[in-house]
Amino acid sequence: MTPDQLDDHANAPSVTHTWRTRSLLHAARPYLLASPFVLILTLFLILPVMAIVVISFWRYSSFVMTPDFVWDNYKIVFSETYLRTFLNTFRYALIVWCLTLVIAFPISYFLAFEIRSNRMRTALFLLCTVPFLTSNLIRNIAWIPFLGRHGLLNSGLLAIGLITEPIEIFLYSDVSIILSMVHIYTLFMVAPIFNTMVRIDHNLIEAARDLGASQWRILREVIMPLSSTGVMIGTIFVVSMVLGDFATVSIMGGGQRASAGLAIRKMIASLQYPTAAAMAVVLLIVTLLFVSVLMSFVDVKKEL
Amino acid sequence: MIKFNKSDKEKKQKEDDKLQLGRRQFLKGSGAALGAAFLVACGAEPAASPTAVPTIVEKAATVQIVTNSYKDVVLRQIGTGVSSYNEVQEKVMEDLGFTVQMTALQTDENNQRAITQPDSWDVFDGEYFSLPLIVPSGNLLALDTSRIPAFDSISPIFTTGKLRPDSVIAQGTAPHKVMFVEGAGSTTFATEQTGYATLIPTIYNADTLGYRPDLTGRPIESWAELLNEEWQGKTAILDIPSIGIMDAAMVVESAGLMSFGDKGNMTKEELDQVTDILKEYKAAGQFRAFWKDFNESVNLMASGEVVVQSMWSPAVTAVKAQGIECVYAPLKEGYRAWGGGIGLNSNLEGVALDAAYEYINWWLTGWAGAFVGRQGYYSSSPENAKKYLTEAEWDFWYDGKEASVAMIDPFGTELEPAGALRDGGSYEDRMGSVVVWNSVMEEQDYLVQKWNEFIAS
Repeated sequence: MTPDQLDDHANAPSVTHTWRTRSLLHAARPYLLASPFVLILTLFLILPVMAIVVISFWRYSSFVMTPDFVWDNYKIVFSETYLRTFLNTFRYALIVWCLTLVIAFPISYFLAFEIRSNRMRTALFLLCTVPFLTSNLIRNIAWIPFLGRHGLLNSGLLAIGLITEPIEIFLYSDVSIILSMVHIYTLFMVAPIFNTMVRIDHNLIEAARDLGASQWRILREVIMPLSSTGVMIGTIFVVSMVLGDFATVSIMGGGQRASAGLAIRKMIASLQYPTAAAMAVVLLIVTLLFVSVLMSFVDVKKEL
Repeated sequence: MIKFNKSDKEKKQKEDDKLQLGRRQFLKGSGAALGAAFLVACGAEPAASPTAVPTIVEKAATVQIVTNSYKDVVLRQIGTGVSSYNEVQEKVMEDLGFTVQMTALQTDENNQRAITQPDSWDVFDGEYFSLPLIVPSGNLLALDTSRIPAFDSISPIFTTGKLRPDSVIAQGTAPHKVMFVEGAGSTTFATEQTGYATLIPTIYNADTLGYRPDLTGRPIESWAELLNEEWQGKTAILDIPSIGIMDAAMVVESAGLMSFGDKGNMTKEELDQVTDILKEYKAAGQFRAFWKDFNESVNLMASGEVVVQSMWSPAVTAVKAQGIECVYAPLKEGYRAWGGGIGLNSNLEGVALDAAYEYINWWLTGWAGAFVGRQGYYSSSPENAKKYLTEAEWDFWYDGKEASVAMIDPFGTELEPAGALRDGGSYEDRMGSVVVWNSVMEEQDYLVQKWNEFIAS
């Protein structure tokens, strides 16, 4: 063997070695790329959620929590009062969803199809977001002097003689809660619907028109199906936010109305963490079920 | 309890400025201060030992050294807001030379912080009824009363539970029941006076219902009025379980709807019964709202959403300060009382601990007692507070006499015109008619659970 050959032989295994490492690296690449995100999700989402699930089975007295496996907390959550609280929360979600959809769809339609200039469209959309420059809480509180017994609305109605007694149901009631929620959450419905609508190919609409479809039929058979993904995404936003809302319910309900989120907050404030955890687990399961059902109707990947 | 003043924003700004200034000063002076602190820590150690710590009462020449070492002390106080004032903070800085950072929280949050995050506070400012929850955690230092020279001037309500020797001890978590622990480091409440205290009382009051005489058209004289159909949809109750349940108990008992063995320690059956009654009235629309902090109660009353509700004394004065008639009703069944005090974190040591004792002592010297007295609270050491109150103020707030001049609160607002009388009368009349204290009960978990159910129903 010449020294050259020797050299070659010596080199051969190391070449295969690098090749192997490279292919391994290649195979591992997606996992490596995903790992930071997995790490973050595990640390800040999966572990805390697991902790909540675990704690929901613990016992507590005053402020001491004892690791255990008891169903007591779930018994409280499934008691009549809290079942009614859940039902009430779903009722809010349903009503707010209907109203936000009814308001958001025409707004998005107007922005996407009636406004011709792109700049104008963007400007008007930004205008929709202006209320978001103040916090949720302030937008809630701002309604109080308007809706109160001696508020602007009641005094106005009294002054023009439409009513003779102030209407009490305007404030600290389901009416005020729903009004405020619709006010706060409508934009979360407008944004995704608008987003899908602007991406509808105008050729499709022209084609439909050329084939003799009426405006109504175009809306029903072209625009509505094509913007359904936006509606679904908006629905997920609005419903999951209403399900978890506690501030609006607390402020606009005068502390007297109940929602699942507010109940959890009250339990936490009274240091009843395990019961709060059980309530949170139930709420989480309900929300996840709801989202997964909706997800089966939409292909979010296609949207992004 | 959260207390917001009218000039809140302005004050916040001031506070921010001050904080920044403090930081700047700190940076500037930190070199020298570090040196001084080092000297104190090494050489001047004995000067900082408990026995040598000069109290405010006896300002000796050695104060200078110790005050210097306090310069870098920052005590983080969590509290319910009744005693968290910028004015108090500024006066502490002026008199004692160190900073007390005050964080105002709602009652339950305050307890929660005290129990679960002991590293986040040095001074606990809270109510006596919270103690059965907090003391077992071991986070509260058993205060050595021999380090508190003015301890003997504290009102006997806190030490024996009796305002006068012949007083009947009120039901509930009366402060004296949780005032002392058995010894240093103990977490067991002592049945009688020991040298180790849990909290040193600062302020307290007798609470009752507040009402708008212009809207009710007649005086309110019984707790039962909260459930009177006449005010349907116009009443409110406070939503803090340990306080709300006591008001509720006074109300249902006065209305003859049920009776209690001991309102301060209800049985499960009693809790079931009282919450069932409340739920029934709630469903019928008796209540307009439930409030959780001071400000909400002021707004409910001032806006006329509510005509009669559970209220705190300064909330009534805040409504009055807006030019709206509001009465803090002396009711025939008596008052529900509460007491607040300050305690220290058991992990405090060295200079910080000495400073913290100084701070407690400062509260008893009278300036602070007079400050809170001008808002209608009582000082734990009335005799010392008297030194800082004018005669007219003392006569009005403590003696129940006609105001000889207009009563001005510490923030410059006129609360009462000359000639006014304090609702409920004198200190003796009011504190002597306390029938129940805010309470933590043996069935506390059940209470909270039932109360939350009532709120959620």
